Amino acid sequence: MKTLRKIWAWIDDRSGLTELLGPLIRHPVPPGSKWSYVFGSATLFCLILQVITGVALSLLYQPSSSAAYQSLQFITHGAKFGNLLRGIHYFGASGMIVMVGIHMIRVYITAAYKYPREMGWISGVLLLFMTIAMGFTGQLLRWDSNGVWSSVVAAEQVGRIPVIGKLAARLLLGGNTIGGHTLSRFYAYHVFIIPALLFVFVGFHLMLVIRNGISEPAKAGRPVDPKSYRQWYKEMLQKVGVPFWPYAAWRDILFGAGTIIAIISLALIYGPPELSQPPDPTFIHTVPKPDWYMLSIFSLFALMPPKIESVVIFLGPVLTVLILLSLPFLSNRGERSPLRRPWAVFGSICVIVFVFSLFLLGMQSPWSPDFNAKALTQREIHSGDTLVIRGAALLYQKGCLYCHRVEDQGGLKGPDLTTIDLRLSEEQMTLRIINGGSNMPAYGGLLKKDELSAIVAFLKSRK
Amino acid sequence: MMENERDEKRKEPDENRRKFLVRLTLSLTAVSAAVAGIPVLAALFAPLLRKTPRLWRKVADLEGFAVGAVKLVTFENADPEAWAGETARTAAWLRRETKDKFIAFSANCTHLGCPVRWEADAQLFMCPCHGGVYYKDGTVASGPPPLPLVKYPVRINKKQVEIQTAPVPITTLG
Repeated sequence: MKTLRKIWAWIDDRSGLTELLGPLIRHPVPPGSKWSYVFGSATLFCLILQVITGVALSLLYQPSSSAAYQSLQFITHGAKFGNLLRGIHYFGASGMIVMVGIHMIRVYITAAYKYPREMGWISGVLLLFMTIAMGFTGQLLRWDSNGVWSSVVAAEQVGRIPVIGKLAARLLLGGNTIGGHTLSRFYAYHVFIIPALLFVFVGFHLMLVIRNGISEPAKAGRPVDPKSYRQWYKEMLQKVGVPFWPYAAWRDILFGAGTIIAIISLALIYGPPELSQPPDPTFIHTVPKPDWYMLSIFSLFALMPPKIESVVIFLGPVLTVLILLSLPFLSNRGERSPLRRPWAVFGSICVIVFVFSLFLLGMQSPWSPDFNAKALTQREIHSGDTLVIRGAALLYQKGCLYCHRVEDQGGLKGPDLTTIDLRLSEEQMTLRIINGGSNMPAYGGLLKKDELSAIVAFLKSRK
Repeated sequence: MMENERDEKRKEPDENRRKFLVRLTLSLTAVSAAVAGIPVLAALFAPLLRKTPRLWRKVADLEGFAVGAVKLVTFENADPEAWAGETARTAAWLRRETKDKFIAFSANCTHLGCPVRWEADAQLFMCPCHGGVYYKDGTVASGPPPLPLVKYPVRINKKQVEIQTAPVPITTLG
């Protein structure tokens, strides 16, 4: 033990580690910085977990378009603890996004972005988008049929950038088509380029925390005045500040450890997402769907009027980034307490409800045709009339049931037809089927006269 | 006084020398960064610098392909990389219009690129993502697609139907 101490004393003397890091970890922080402050450090804990599990995965993963799928199958079903490793990396990404989201909402609601912490907010906004980019590129590295088609969807979205859209899409895909370069590029984005930026900005973000100190708990009637704030903060820390280690750090560590335990537990219970079919672009019976954290955006695109969609796909993210970045410039002084900023609280609640509602809708995806819809049986038809029975069969054959529901069968995209006869007359039904609508094809040229009559007969029996 | 002047004169060449060395250092750093940067940028922008040929690929036999039928055909992309594996292939929907005329549609929905599928009974192409629907001629029947399905050049060559390879269609703004 004595020898070890001597060795450490020598290392510490020559390296100056205690001298360098001691003041950093013991720097004074405002009292009362309690549980609401732990989400930023929890995000960092998740990042560290992602780096470690990511490095471990890279030992087993083959970043090649032709071999990635097989190597993922090996990791998931063959490698010792490979399933758990993938699961931790998957739930770690989710954990990181949840934590960074809560951290950002906390910072916004308590206006911790105000003077002198504007740069902390700006770097935080950039880190948020890098985290989402890491999540999305990570999903694509799950190089299955969903990954391949999601790459195409991503390229389509990038393609909406004015002037350079097509070039940017080619750059993203690594060529004119999906191919050998596509996965290599996503691997480079996910493993080298975005993490390098992430490390730089995390370092910068932490440096700002040390330089400007963490924001003191907001108090109603104590506004931020850029003229006197720094002096006031310094004096407050001298009077009542407590060392970060151990008096504030224990909460961060306890919550961080709890977060990691929760992530590992989820990985153990649920495991990683199962791979879909192999990454063959000729396999077209697939429905590319993003992971949960992109579902709200997926829903937004689905619900948006098609006329404005192409513009919004480009302008939406740009405006979101600009608005978020401009926040500390629009308001960097004044009240910080949520009690004196009811509109900020109301706005945050609206955003949370909006995003969550879109997420729930995305889970259900009512705008997508249900290709698994089954033909109607006598249980739903309730009729012995041969014309009605034929109409029911045609409803399935012609794809109507992909979008329309009859009792508990069929999709949700179009109106429910269970009691359609109560809403539309025979003439209205016929016109609707022949002419279609903005969300329904015109079946006039697709149905024979007798087929149309049979379908209308069936619909008329829906009372 | 005389000594001060002499000191000043002695400092001048030193100052010039230092300025020169600073400029030299910065210039060399900039030059080396620029030279090292060229191959890095070349790798980054490689997809835009590479020219992909457009080749004709046999996708179907004339015989046995009924008029009005629509089939999913697959072909190898132009100039695929050796490590591309199964990702080197592309799918297209091929429709025989008349005895001598075929139309080949890209399998990508023009909305967000999802794979459209052919519903033979309904005579419609349908997209599973956001419900875009196209008629058999590729025109938009309903839903969010802003454009008809993109067509590949097709030709008949020695009793074989051939498709010309093309980039993944990307819908642009405007």
